Amino acid sequence: MIRLTINGKAHQVDVDPNTPLLWVIREQVGLTGTKYGCGIAQCGACTVHIDGAPMRSCSFPVSAAAGKKITTIEGLAQGGKLHKVQQAWLQHDVPQCGYCQSGMIMAAAALLKDKPNPTDADIDAAITNICRCGTFQQVREAIHMAANGNAKV
Amino acid sequence: MEMNRRTFLVTSAAVTGGLALGFRLPFGPAVARAQDGSPEVGVWVAIAPDDTVNIRVVRSEMGQGTITGLAQLVAEELECDWSKVRIEYPTPGESVKRKRPWGEFSTGGSRGIRESHEYVRKGGAAARVMLVQAAADQWKVPASECTAANSVITHAKSKRRTTYGKVAEAAARLPVPQDVPLKDPKSWKLVGKPVKRLDTHDKVNGKMTYGIDLKMPGMLNAAIKACPVFGGTVKSFDANAVSSMKGVRKVVQVGDNAVAVVADSWWQAKTALDKLPITWDEGANAKVSQESINEMLKAGLDADQAFVGNKMGGDVKQALSGAAKRVEAVYAYPFQNHACMEPMNITARYTPDKCEVWGPTQNGEGAFAAVLAASGLPADKVDVYKTMLGGGFGRRGAYPDDYVTQAVLMAKQMPGTPIKMLWSREEDMLHGRYHPIMQCKLVGGLDANGELTALHMRLSGQSILAAVRPEVVQAQKGRDPLSFQGVFESGEHQFSYTVPNLLIDHAMRNTHVPPGFWRGVNINQNAVFIESFMDELAEAAGKDPLEFRRKLLANNPRGLGVLNAVCEKIGWGKPAPQGRYRGFAVLKAFNSYVAGAAEISVKDNKVKVHRLIGATDPGYAVNPAQIDRQVAGSFVYGLSALFFQECTVKDGHIEQTNFHEYNSMRIAQMPKVESIIMPTGGSVWGGVGEPTICVAAPAVLNALYRATGKRIRTVPLKNHGIELV
Repeated sequence: MIRLTINGKAHQVDVDPNTPLLWVIREQVGLTGTKYGCGIAQCGACTVHIDGAPMRSCSFPVSAAAGKKITTIEGLAQGGKLHKVQQAWLQHDVPQCGYCQSGMIMAAAALLKDKPNPTDADIDAAITNICRCGTFQQVREAIHMAANGNAKV
Repeated sequence: MEMNRRTFLVTSAAVTGGLALGFRLPFGPAVARAQDGSPEVGVWVAIAPDDTVNIRVVRSEMGQGTITGLAQLVAEELECDWSKVRIEYPTPGESVKRKRPWGEFSTGGSRGIRESHEYVRKGGAAARVMLVQAAADQWKVPASECTAANSVITHAKSKRRTTYGKVAEAAARLPVPQDVPLKDPKSWKLVGKPVKRLDTHDKVNGKMTYGIDLKMPGMLNAAIKACPVFGGTVKSFDANAVSSMKGVRKVVQVGDNAVAVVADSWWQAKTALDKLPITWDEGANAKVSQESINEMLKAGLDADQAFVGNKMGGDVKQALSGAAKRVEAVYAYPFQNHACMEPMNITARYTPDKCEVWGPTQNGEGAFAAVLAASGLPADKVDVYKTMLGGGFGRRGAYPDDYVTQAVLMAKQMPGTPIKMLWSREEDMLHGRYHPIMQCKLVGGLDANGELTALHMRLSGQSILAAVRPEVVQAQKGRDPLSFQGVFESGEHQFSYTVPNLLIDHAMRNTHVPPGFWRGVNINQNAVFIESFMDELAEAAGKDPLEFRRKLLANNPRGLGVLNAVCEKIGWGKPAPQGRYRGFAVLKAFNSYVAGAAEISVKDNKVKVHRLIGATDPGYAVNPAQIDRQVAGSFVYGLSALFFQECTVKDGHIEQTNFHEYNSMRIAQMPKVESIIMPTGGSVWGGVGEPTICVAAPAVLNALYRATGKRIRTVPLKNHGIELV
């Protein structure tokens, strides 16, 4: 049994300790907002926060996540209020197909925590997620919008 | 067991799936209903007592915004409250029962809006007339005295008003009027406005259900591996080697070429599949290499036999031989995978009485046909329930023996159990429906004044239709008209330029690698070929490439319009900033006129793209905000292909297995795309999702030539040591 804390809730899972955290989140815990895209930490669709830092959960063994604080896209909103990044995303109509957007939003939220007023260069360095629809300019604009506190829905 | 579809399909306030049963009888009291029980007013809308408007959409949403655009068109004529609009996907099974009241489901070729705008607007208009009539009947006044706006019907004379929701039940029982006149586009209030998408909310909180996310009671998960060599088959596999692994329920052969492990969880299934010993019979295709394919195509460049796609003037070869100056170049474009972010998947459940599948498809009816064939059941025992698509780009169209067929063949071996089959990224890379491979030889003739008098464009390579719609190719006496997208003799893909002596022909050279539709498909390479070569010709003629083209575009005012727009915006003719170089391109595709311009700098083979301009004249712009996003997104897709993407063949299989070998642009590499949306109206609507994709690559290639003095004629640029920074 591995004990996990996901979005503030305790879970016990009975899985092979080498199972990637992504698949435990999706299949055992049942939170499917975190997506599978490549399985080799290339695309970022599986990004979650582990103790506040963005992590590609497809390449992170569940055993290493034991005892750590895990946040997924479903846990980003607090007290029924969307995170400012989510609000900016909504206001700026960022997603197209939307599949990569959970990971994109988690990466953006981690960036803003680290750098509340990121420059374009900061965004370029921190947001390395693949988006095949090509939402990049909306992503960039929405991050600036969230940083400036202009994101209200 | 009758499952409640809502539990797994209604995942968003905006996007619901499936319809309630029941359909309109000619004279009876039965009324068709939406899933929430609201009555259908005509086939396109169902309105609940609380005024919620369910608009039916049968085209698939894959990010392109089609559900929002189509809903705008219906709502414009319906005169309903936009804030109360929801979308409902009718199923193909329902469509068959009701004799296709919603028309074509297939979502490709940038057709979603341009080919259904008229009938969906008529659907909205008919519903409005029925609702007004129902109110008038209730008040016993002439309908002509009533007006409708924002879901409210008013009879001004008697100062009475009611809402759509209150009269919907009565309206649903009225005959559907035919050919209600549509609004003049000048009076549109909702169409043409940059309204927000209807499907965003659940895409920012993780709640949107994609096929990969489906959950059902008793569902198992499958991982699958098909013979890496296309055309190869399964010789044997040792199920015992993995059958005792944790969670494994069954190891099954799927068709003649694939093996799957069915387990409690997908990770268990995949882990077991990786350990499963499988022996393949790879067959003769295992001898095919990239070099052998390239050689076959090369031979086609000078072959005697070729299908003509465009011919003007007399004998082009004679005209070329008499030219004052002759320019010749050979170009090549590779196989490419779509690499949708969501790998292929589908969930299937089979019993002898019913076969159903759930998941992402660009073509509900195509998936339905695949389920019919694979299940062997009749149409009234089959259905398909669509989810949101995590990307499509043509990959999720209807192809023979693809993922839907696999899932049904698997489900038949475990009757009653829903099985979610998910391809790994590696499987997705090895079993694509690839952008066709093509080479092209261009020969141009200039007269003493540097005017283009003759042009021969010879394509040599693969045909998509020969593989997926052979009957179309047969009807054209062996020609695949789609090979000429963007350079065809007439129609939605008409060649932009008027050249006195012109021949564009195609030596069809098909390979064992299955081809597919790939965002724009053949406009991508055709634009690279012709728009690079136009610059080569202009240089040989000693002319400015814009002036050179303008003359040849004299009969194409809309093409000239978009080209002028991008050139003006990027500042063509004025000096570029220090160290920066510009290029541009123009094409007609899917009945839209598109042009692109790029400004780049190059240092030590590292390319920085500083500016990108994209212009489109699609006739009508239903939602400019979404068009803006499609233009920008298409440039990301097109430039990813230009810089990074190539699938190569070794021993009969594709070599690239994941994003580390098949890269895609990141945010740091992509400037803001300055889009120019310039619809000029007319009777023909153009597409949006695909056309602009093709102009980004040649615009960058032409700028690259100016920056380096070296003309690059093969894609991708990584093969030339060029990086994108």
